[in-house]
Formats: sequence, C-alpha cells, structure tokens
Amino acid sequence: MVFSLNKKALTNAIVVSLITIALVFYGSRKLQNFDPALIAYLFGTVFAFFGVVYRYSVWLQRPPTRMYFRRSLELIYNRKFFSHLVFFIKDFILNIGFQKFIYPRGRSRWIGHFLMAFGCTLAFAITFPLTFGWIHFTMNPATSIDPESIRLYEAHFFGFKIFEFELGSFIAFTVFHALNWSSWMVIIGVLIFMRRRLTQPGLIATQSFEGDLLPLVLLLAISITGLGLTYSYEFMKGFAYDFMAVTHAITVIMFLIWIPFGKFFHIIQRPAQLGAHIYKREGIKRGMAVCPHTGKEFATQMHIDDLKVVTKELGFDFTLEDGTSHLDLSPEGKRSRLAMAHLKARLENGGKLFG
Amino acid sequence: MPVTNYKTNQEFFVDMQRCIGCKACEMACAECETNGHESMIHVNYIDRAVTIQTTVQVCMHCDDPACANVCPADAISKDEFGVVHTANTARCIGCSNCVMACPFGVPKKNEAYDLMMKCNMCYDRTSAGKKPMCATVCPTQALYYGTREEMAMMRPNSSPVNNFIFGNEKVSTKVNIMMPKGATELRVD
Ligand code: SF4
Ligand code: SF4
Repeated sequence: MVFSLNKKALTNAIVVSLITIALVFYGSRKLQNFDPALIAYLFGTVFAFFGVVYRYSVWLQRPPTRMYFRRSLELIYNRKFFSHLVFFIKDFILNIGFQKFIYPRGRSRWIGHFLMAFGCTLAFAITFPLTFGWIHFTMNPATSIDPESIRLYEAHFFGFKIFEFELGSFIAFTVFHALNWSSWMVIIGVLIFMRRRLTQPGLIATQSFEGDLLPLVLLLAISITGLGLTYSYEFMKGFAYDFMAVTHAITVIMFLIWIPFGKFFHIIQRPAQLGAHIYKREGIKRGMAVCPHTGKEFATQMHIDDLKVVTKELGFDFTLEDGTSHLDLSPEGKRSRLAMAHLKARLENGGKLFG
Repeated sequence: MPVTNYKTNQEFFVDMQRCIGCKACEMACAECETNGHESMIHVNYIDRAVTIQTTVQVCMHCDDPACANVCPADAISKDEFGVVHTANTARCIGCSNCVMACPFGVPKKNEAYDLMMKCNMCYDRTSAGKKPMCATVCPTQALYYGTREEMAMMRPNSSPVNNFIFGNEKVSTKVNIMMPKGATELRVD
C-alpha cells in the first residue's frame, strides 16, 4: 500500500498538538509548575494526540463513517437535541463507563475488561494533567515554616489551589496511591484476559500476537513497573528503582505512541457506538423499512436509504432493473430471493433436480 | 493470524435444492469455537405460504466483501486465504451496516452483545486442515467441503458457480453454489 499523507487529517493533528502544547505552557503557569523529569512522557503524549487526531480524521472521511458523522452533526443542530442528550448521558454511563454490552458476552470477561478500563482511565486522568504541569502539589506555607505543627498539603490545578489535606490522612493516602490502585486493577484485568486468550481454542485460532497479546503484555509491564516504583522506595529501600523508572518510562511511551495504530485505538473509536444507538433511535421515530419479501419491518428506513448512498460511494450498485434496490430486502428476504433465483435457473433448465 | 494448516485446495460447495431443513448444521455451527458457541448459519423457509422448501446460507466469503466495505469501524477483515472474518469484538460498534449491506443476508447482529457475528468458515477448524462443522454433518450434502475434483465426480450434472448478479452489481465469492451444468453465474434479481 502506498502511504500518502491526508492533508485535512494532518492539519487537524497539527492544530490539536499545538493547542495541547499551548495549554501545557499556560496551564503550568509558563512552565513554572512543569516537572522536567516528565519531559519524555510529555513528548509521548503529544505524539499520541497527534496520531490519534490524524487517524480519527482519516477515519471520519471513509464513506460509512462520514455518513454517521454527518447524521450526528445534523442531530446536534436539531431541536430534538435535548431528548437525545439525556439518552446520550445515560448510554455513556452504561456503555462507556460500565461497558454493559460486554456483560452478556461473559461475566469474567466483563470483570476483566472493566478493571482494565477503569484502571487505565483513572491512570490517564491522573497522569495527563500531572505530565502537562496542570496539577501539582505544594506544602502549605505555614507547614513549610513549622512542619511539625500543621502538616498540610495543597493540590493545585492550572495554578489555582483546589483543596488541601493533612499529610498521613486517609485522603493523602488515597491521593498518593491512586496510581497503585489503578495498577492493581489493570494487572487483575490483564491476567483474566490472558487466561482467556491462552486457553480458549476459538481465540487461539484467530488472535495475533501484535494485535491481541502484545497489548496485554504492555499493560502488564506498565503496571508492574509502576507498582515497583512505589514498593521499591516504600519497602525495599530503593532497590532497583532506576531500572523500574526507566522500564516504566519506556513501556508507557511505547503505549502512548502505539495508541493511534493498534488495539488501543478502540478506546477512541468506541464512543461511536453511542452515535449508532442514537442513529437507530432517531431512525425508528422517522419510520421503519418493510421487506418486500417477508412483509415485515426489519430496519429503519433512514438506515437503508443511507446505505444505498454509502454503497454507491464505495463502488457497489445494487440497483435492480425496476429501479428498486436489492438492499430494500431484509437479510431473510435476500436469502430467500437467492434460493428462488436458484430454483428459477433450475426450472429454465428443464426443472429436474440435478446432481 | 498464527501459523496455519489451511488447505487451499479445499473449497465450500452449497446446493440449496438439497436442503431438507433438518437444521443439523445449526446445531453443528454452535459447536464452532470461533463464534463463542452461537449458531451463525441460516436455515429458513423460502416462502412458507406456498412451499415447505428451506434454504441454507453460509457466508460466501466475497472477494470484495460489501460487509467489510460498509463497516464504519474497520471491524471486518479478509485474510490471505480469502476468509472474511467475523467482526473484531473490540472494534465493532454494532451499527448493523454489514447486516443490511451483505447481498446474501449473512451477518447477524447480537443485540445483547451489541456486536455483529457471522460465519468465518470455522476458522479454528479450517486453519487446522479440518472441514467446517456444518459441512461435516449435513446429511444431504447440501453443504459440502472438499476439492473441486471430488465435487466433479460426485455431481456430474452440476457446475460450481461463484459469480452472482444483483441488479447492476456482480459479486464474486470464495464459496460456490452448485448450478445446472454449464452455468457460469447466478442472476438473483
Ligand atoms: S457473504 Fe456477506 S458477510 Fe460474507 S463476505 Fe460477503 S458480504 Fe460479507
Ligand atoms: S455491526 Fe460491527 S462489523 Fe458490522 S458494520 Fe457495524 S461496526 Fe462493522
């Protein structure tokens, strides 16, 4: 395949990367609060943003995706927007937050996926703002003068003080260990999924190392070295700390750079599922398509009409001689018509069963 | 995909005039490890009001699959053997584009999973050099998996056809449908 740069996508990606850099600059109060130790992570993150926006933009230009995107925009500028918004929020919590649709596929599968998803989201929510210098912690000024008396810590966001907490308190423990909790969640989730992938014959037959196993290995490496950082200084007097720090950085940066290309891109694509739900919801309101063969409703008319356009854009023309389309038929109708055509061919050939 | 033992000289042959609607293939399909024990094959009455004839449909594994083309999530892929795989579970957003665009009416949407699932020619078996489940149980050999030579010997008055005309569209497939001898295509409508 010849690789050619997609100009529109490139522009989007550059704009988003520049905005991110600007936000890092101003969000960290002109780099005052930026932690230079995190510079490699910052580069990795900006590259990931660039790649994600580039791929997403290319993706949106494909005919089927463009059609859904166009329909979604139409709904946003529509007066029915609020009715869909309420549905969207509910759907988001259930399907993106809790990945409800995975539960029927298997309970342990859902538990594993939920732990990985929750752990990763939590880690993103903490590390991105930290890397960007948007969040930082300082000692309360009074505490700095007399550390024994007050022992207060302050959390700042975009340079503004958000809240303060006492050192050694439950909040402090939770805040400072949040990344460890997320690591544990990811580790348990990864192990559940690895077990599936290494024991289920159907998965073994169809999975690939780089597409399915490597992402799990990478998540595991990130989580273990991440935990190792804490446990090394808390329990092992700093044993192997440098090794952990370097391995952690390398695996995290690999993960970030890989988001736009591999398995992890599904995190970015998944919310499109909500779009598909709303598309169907709106379609049902506008009316259903009835199959000319079975006489039953089978899809929304908007879906069938849009598909006729999309298939044409993709170079398929299912228009029949009478001006209708093969796509007007339901799946069952299509299967029956194929069998009827087979019968017709047999009748034209003398009508006898042939062998 | 991992290293395989896929036999490229073996092909799939379907002859719906032989289908007696026993649904043995449906049961067998549910044994396939790659669809998580859900039956993917379709057996349906053609027009129940006037005939008891049933038809059987597996995925035809199109050369240029409409299902994969219309998929907004790039969830469907074709491998080097021409097998068109079922939706990638991480990517599929359950939009049903493929279900409605497939000219043979093959993909199924599982509403609870919010996922499309379809026949992938028992890839767990065919990639190990075995025959698909349905073809091994069909009592009338409406579904047959083997070489072209075997087929020519068994069915001297039939020709395998893999070109289908749907209006203005010609679709070529990996799977064959048995037609009266000498036929080269099947015009559907
Ligand atoms: S028969 Fe339908 S599902 Fe199978 S490859 Fe062709 S378009 Fe896709
Ligand atoms: S249902 Fe899934 S596989 Fe089918 S077109 Fe939609 S996203 Fe693709």
